[in-house]
Amino acid sequence: MFDLKDLYQEVIVDHNRSPRNFGKLAGADRMLEGFNPLCGDRLTLYLKLADGRIADISFDGTGCAISIASASLMTDAMKGKTTAEAETIFNQFHELVTATRADPDLEKFGKLAALAGVREYPTRVKCATLCWHTLHTALTSDQTTVTTE
Amino acid sequence: MTSKGTAARYQAGPPAFDVEAVRADFPILSRQVHGKPLVYLDNAATSQKPAQVIEAVDHYYRHYNANIHRGVHTLSAEATAAYEAARHKVRDFLNAGSDKEIIFVRGATEAINLVAQTFGRSTLKGGDEIIISTMEHHSNIVPWQLLCEQTGAVLRVIPINDKGELIMEAYEKLLSERTRIVSIVHISNALGTVVPVKAVIEKAHQRGAVVLVDGAQAVPHASCDVQALDCDFYVFSSHKLFGPTGVGALYGKQRLLEQMPPYQGGGDMIKMVTFARTEYNDLPYKFEAGTPNIAGAIGLGAALDYVNRIGLAAIAGYEQDLLAYGTAALQEVPGLRLIGTAPDKASILSFVLDGIHPHDIGTILDHEGVAIRTGHHCAMPVMDFFRVPATARASLAFYNTHAEIDTLVRAVFNARKIFAK
Ligand SMILES: Cc1ncc(COP(=O)(O)O)c(C=O)c1O
Repeated sequence: MFDLKDLYQEVIVDHNRSPRNFGKLAGADRMLEGFNPLCGDRLTLYLKLADGRIADISFDGTGCAISIASASLMTDAMKGKTTAEAETIFNQFHELVTATRADPDLEKFGKLAALAGVREYPTRVKCATLCWHTLHTALTSDQTTVTTE
Repeated sequence: MTSKGTAARYQAGPPAFDVEAVRADFPILSRQVHGKPLVYLDNAATSQKPAQVIEAVDHYYRHYNANIHRGVHTLSAEATAAYEAARHKVRDFLNAGSDKEIIFVRGATEAINLVAQTFGRSTLKGGDEIIISTMEHHSNIVPWQLLCEQTGAVLRVIPINDKGELIMEAYEKLLSERTRIVSIVHISNALGTVVPVKAVIEKAHQRGAVVLVDGAQAVPHASCDVQALDCDFYVFSSHKLFGPTGVGALYGKQRLLEQMPPYQGGGDMIKMVTFARTEYNDLPYKFEAGTPNIAGAIGLGAALDYVNRIGLAAIAGYEQDLLAYGTAALQEVPGLRLIGTAPDKASILSFVLDGIHPHDIGTILDHEGVAIRTGHHCAMPVMDFFRVPATARASLAFYNTHAEIDTLVRAVFNARKIFAK
């Protein structure tokens, strides 16, 4: 049996209560909305790109603790990364929360490892991945909205 | 009925209702979830099924499974008789005037679409108006939007107030000689509000409009009499009424059903087919093309027998007591706001909690074995009205107990603790 505390770790609760990089980004050159029609979670991602890097990134919107904390942690982790690095982290994170690898190396995820508990809650994986899919789409296409369905 | 506001006080209710006896009829209630006894509080989404219903379906498949209305053999005759007996039970349950007025459909959603696409499509034209309310389920919004696109009719929406009640004065202002259809929920799934449908119907009839009542959430809680209401159409789903999924009923006044074109074409809905001309069958078969959900209808019949045996009056009395108890208990939780506080309410408790999103509440409660629904409840306009993205909703049935409400409230307190780090 899973412990709820593995899902709602202190890092998650903290990032939900005081999300980092929250709010519009002045001078953003990419803006994309992510929407989960099933639960109504709605996040907007703001990006400033320079020299193939994510120079700055922020988000706003409403959602559950998992989706807000995930967006907060993701934006922290993405600052300064090249788009290629961002894609690698996206793929690794996806693997982490969808449990495609049995024994993830949590070390390499740093603070993002706090979201690993989601893998035990299939109904909540979409909450954790909403902002990630939004970022992935923002970096790889010129769509203006993303939905999880 | 509950009193509302922060000072809602619970006084133990009257009914000598043997809840343990009815619980014994529902096999699923003895299962565990995450090592805890299941506390099933998602009855508005779908209800659990008593053994009597499960056995009726099982018995049909084991002993007289056959297609209806077509075989001369014994099994077909038995299946036809059971299917038609179920129709008769629905007729009694709604107090309809005739079995011909009861059409078996897939559920409330299909019934509303049927009325929109047959009655609506054949009678409405550009500029005609359809009235619904802010608190409709999406299934009582989208079929009318489709009809509006097809005919040029216009959709009008009756507003609600902060308690989640229909604003009747606004409704009267919306009514005009352009109003053709009023389609209104009987009990709101998101708020629990009981809508005064009799008054709604009377006013619509004064303008010559036809009224459909969406009874999906009403039939498990209150008896309804379509003749006393004088509604033109009434719809419900079996699965919310302790019966199987995939079946439901449309009641329609015979005069209207006779005028309406068929919904779908196929077997059973015809009298005679040639390539030159097809003659439609009589009511109710005109609207039942193809092999219907025979087992489902028989299961629904068994569910109605079951509900009748307990009695809707006893059920309502017990549920109102539970509702009062739950309302008072939830209001003790700091930072909790009930969404839907109409004085006349069914046993539905929608709420939001400061600083905790409904989905997190849902996951935490699930860990305690408590099943509730979180989200927009297919009523996004209601969420918009109350300016919340979603709510947590506990919806109670007569097999729920006061102790289960205590478990719910304890779990909500636990959610606060987890988020108070
Ligand atoms: C008020 C109301 N109307 C209609 C429906 C649709 O019922 P079904 O999905 O069984 O067709 C529901 C189901 O949630 C409901 O609550």
